[in-house]
Amino acid sequence: MKAARMKPAIPADSGDPRIAIALTVNGEQVERRVSVRMLLCDFLRHELGLTGTHVGCEHGICGCCTVHIDGKAARSCLTLAAQVDGASIRTIESVAAQDGTLHPIQQAFKECHALQCGFCTPGMVMNILSRFQDSEPLDLSEDGIRYLLSGNLCRCTVYINIIAAVRRAAELLGQA
Amino acid sequence: MKPPLFAYQAPRTIEDAVAALGSHADAMVLAGGQSLLPAMNFRVAHPSLLVDIQHVAGLKGISIEGDEIVVKAMVRHRELELDEAVGRANPLIAEILRHVAHIPIRNRGTIVGSLCHADPSAELPMLLVLLGGTVVAQGSAGKRRTAADQFFHSFLTTTRRSDEIVIEARFPVLARTAGWAFDEVTRRHGDFAIAGVGAIVRLDAQGRASDVRLAARGVAERPLRLTEAERHLVGTALTPADLNAAGKLAVSAVTVPDDLHASARYRGRVVSTLTARTVATAAERARRRTAS
Repeated sequence: MKAARMKPAIPADSGDPRIAIALTVNGEQVERRVSVRMLLCDFLRHELGLTGTHVGCEHGICGCCTVHIDGKAARSCLTLAAQVDGASIRTIESVAAQDGTLHPIQQAFKECHALQCGFCTPGMVMNILSRFQDSEPLDLSEDGIRYLLSGNLCRCTVYINIIAAVRRAAELLGQA
Repeated sequence: MKPPLFAYQAPRTIEDAVAALGSHADAMVLAGGQSLLPAMNFRVAHPSLLVDIQHVAGLKGISIEGDEIVVKAMVRHRELELDEAVGRANPLIAEILRHVAHIPIRNRGTIVGSLCHADPSAELPMLLVLLGGTVVAQGSAGKRRTAADQFFHSFLTTTRRSDEIVIEARFPVLARTAGWAFDEVTRRHGDFAIAGVGAIVRLDAQGRASDVRLAARGVAERPLRLTEAERHLVGTALTPADLNAAGKLAVSAVTVPDDLHASARYRGRVVSTLTARTVATAAERARRRTAS
C-alpha cells in the first residue's frame, strides 16, 4: 500500500471549545485562541514552534517538559494553556544569549559532558536554573544535588556528569 | 496522552465558582492540577466541567490565627514549605513537604488540592489527621468546618459535597515543647510511599510520654491515627521495649490488600518499624525542646 493512501482523515478544525489567552513567552507578548484542553507543552511546541520544550511521559514523572511559570519551574504537561492566561512563561529557547553565548548552566553541561542524547537536557536546565534563582539556599552536597535533580529522569543515565555540572554551574555563577 | 474534552470556566468570585460547580453533576475544581491533570491525561478522570479557581478573590495567602495556620485554597506546596513563620510555628509541616513529589510539582500543586484529592498514600491528608486540623468548605448552603477525621472518607473520596469548594485548611501550630518526626519507606524519592508514619510526642517532668499522636498513610482507604499504639505509649518512659510493643500494635492499622508495590504483611512490618523509629525521634526532639 502506498504511504499516501494511509494518511488518516484528520479534520482541520477539532471542534473543541476555544478560549482566548494572552501571556508573555520569553519576554514577548503572545495572544492566541486555543482549545480548552490544550496542554501548555503542546501550546509551546505546536502553536509557537518552541520545540526545545520536550514532551516525555505526559504525566509529570520525567521532567523533560519543565518550563518556568512566573519564574518558577513547573511541568508544562501538567498545566493547561488556559491556566497560564496572564502568566509569564520562560522556555529553554531564552536561556542562551541572543548571540549564542551559552548560559553558565549550559556551559557547565558542555564542560562536564552532562548530556548524551539531550532529550532531558532542556528540562534539567530549566529546573536547575529555577533553583539557582530560588530563595532557599542551594545544597551543593552530593545528596543535595540528587534531591534537586530527583524530578528529572535521564534515560542515558548521565547523572554523575549532571551532578558535576550543577557544581560547575554554581562556580561559574559565583554561588559555589 | 491528552485530556478528554471538558468545558472550562475561570470565575473571579467564590459565589460564581460555587454556582459553576453546582451546575454540572460531575464538575471538578482545578487549582494547581498536579493530581487532576495526570488523571485526566490518563483519562481516569473525565469531568464535564473544570472550574479553575486560581483567579477567585480571597483564596491566596497563609496566615497564623491564634493556634492555627490558615492555608488558603490557592497556596502552593512550595509556598508553605518555605514560609518562615510556619516553619517556626510548626516545623513538622516543612519536614513532611520535602517528601511530596519534586520541587517543580510543589511549585504548582496546592495544599488544599492535595487534601481534596485524598490519596490515602499522600503526605498532606496524613498531616492533617496527625495534627487534628480542619478544612473549611463553602457551598450554596454557606460555609462549614470539618475536622480531618470526618473529612477523609475513602480512596480519593472526601465528605465534601459536590457543590462545595474547600476554601482553606487549618493546621494547628505545634506546642512549643512537643517533639515531632516523620518517616516513610519509598522506592524512589518523590514516589508515593509504601507506607509512612508521623509522630508528635510531649513529655512530662519525669520524661514520660504525656501525649502521643501517631498517624499512618498507605495502610488503609484513608490516613489513620494509630490509636492503640498511642494509648500504649502514654505514661511510659518510651524505652526500646515500649516502642517495639507500640510498633506491633500499629500493624493492625494495615487493611489494604497486597498490591504491586508491597504485600500487606510487608506494609505491616514497615508501619511497625516506622512507628518505633518516629516516636524515638520525636521523643528526642521533645527532650531537646523541653531542655532549651
